[in-house]
Amino acid sequence: MSRPDPRTEHIGRVRSRVGGLRADRRVRYRGRDLHAELKGVDWLDLYAFGITGRRFPAPQLRLMHALWVHTSYPDARIWNNRVAALAGSSRSNGNLGMAAALAVSEAHIYGRGNEVQAVAFFIRARRSLDHGATLEDCLGEEMQRHGRIAGYGRPLLEGDERIAPTMAVAASLGLDQGRHVQLAFDIDRQFAGLGKPLRMNYGGLVSAFGADLGFSPEQFALFMFPSFLAGMPPVYLDARSRPEGTLLPVPCETVLYEGPPPRAW
Amino acid sequence: MSAIHTTLWHEEPEPGDAFAARRAHCRGYDVYGELVGRATWAEMLLLLWRGERPSPGDARLLEALAVALANPGPRDPSVHAAMCGGVGGSPAAASLMAALGVGAGRLGGGQEVALALQAWQSCGLDVSAWRRATAQPAPEHAGIWPKAEHAPGFDPHGRQCAGTVRQALAALAALSTGSHLPWLLAERDALEEAAGLPLSMTGVAAAALADLRLSPEQGEMLWLLLRLPGAAAHALEQHLAFKRFPFFEHEIEEHGAMETEPVYVPA
Repeated sequence: MSRPDPRTEHIGRVRSRVGGLRADRRVRYRGRDLHAELKGVDWLDLYAFGITGRRFPAPQLRLMHALWVHTSYPDARIWNNRVAALAGSSRSNGNLGMAAALAVSEAHIYGRGNEVQAVAFFIRARRSLDHGATLEDCLGEEMQRHGRIAGYGRPLLEGDERIAPTMAVAASLGLDQGRHVQLAFDIDRQFAGLGKPLRMNYGGLVSAFGADLGFSPEQFALFMFPSFLAGMPPVYLDARSRPEGTLLPVPCETVLYEGPPPRAW
Repeated sequence: MSAIHTTLWHEEPEPGDAFAARRAHCRGYDVYGELVGRATWAEMLLLLWRGERPSPGDARLLEALAVALANPGPRDPSVHAAMCGGVGGSPAAASLMAALGVGAGRLGGGQEVALALQAWQSCGLDVSAWRRATAQPAPEHAGIWPKAEHAPGFDPHGRQCAGTVRQALAALAALSTGSHLPWLLAERDALEEAAGLPLSMTGVAAAALADLRLSPEQGEMLWLLLRLPGAAAHALEQHLAFKRFPFFEHEIEEHGAMETEPVYVPA
């Protein structure tokens, strides 16, 4: 085990390809001057640039804004939002509540876990179709790989009210005909034709847009990280404004115990 | 500039590999050569927190406190938050982050325990001091936490001291090596009368942590840490079981107080 240790040359210093504060007090951000070339840019523009290293044209940025706006539900019942609201009710602080709620947003059946698989699937399926595979081949292979088609079906509801307004925004910007979005609707029609309760969900649609916008799955997960955030401070503050401990109080009798009967230790 | 300073952990490197530890010492004790297999989890925690090998009595008290706090149960908001992670298939760390984020605050959370420990520091074993402190809490400076809305260590909505709290207090007081738990057991009625509220588990835990001579900051950390096993277990139990997990009713009050936000007035 005499191979060189790559850690040795990094002891005591951070090497950065993306920037930071220089000795001359100029801040570099992905090769640009943050306070000159990027002065006053739209935050989402900067955020996407930080993730991908490329600037997106204005119509795409407007669509990307819409992807976040349309899924900002101030609804404390939704599991990730519920964490933010419970933080308010328990008189925790807002930043902790938001951070915890965003961490929970990386779920398997919604949020990042759903989207990462969906983006990867759309990119892979589009490529396979271009090489002569059939849609059935692609769906079968994805079922074998993950046991589901991420982006289709919804845990508690059927259909998704976010799809129509998002497609309307995309159409107004000339961005509704992307190859991955078209593929996403082809699959939706296929499931609908088979009578399966697997209509496209919002995660499926945004992931198809993510693929059309050139995001990798990992980049798209980072881009979508704040997507639920705007719904969270309102539910935190609403819970904060009510008497402490009054969000979803659970009396003993509403916990239905199904374990072994009492026994001695 | 690039060195870390610590009084609690020392590692000797393997010859020829500066990143592999040949031996690790915690506060002077050889961790992998001596403590593993001999020291208990509670002894290790107290060694880390307090710097000295604890007495058997202190270790036994912390062991018992850890059992008492291990699972706040699915009705507790921090466990509820962890279950919200489990039900959607969020990562394990996200469920624990949810439990920590929700269980950190001033209602049944780490901050309440820290405030209760501060109260023990300022009021000690003096009922009249507790009476004064609960009647007129010290003013709070602006900070990141919501202002405390009830006397720390007491249940703001309780009608009576819960049986589980009374049982925990009695069991821990019997193991106590200090003065706080036995005094709390003897004076519970008087303190509850002073606070106008029943004692809560945060109050019992704070007394136990005071008996263990832990600071408010140390006690807050331990409270957060010791309640995670139950949050983890309930999150695991609810894994992807969303069809059986309550989604609750919803009532949108568009003409409520949130329509006009309160204007911030500096104190």
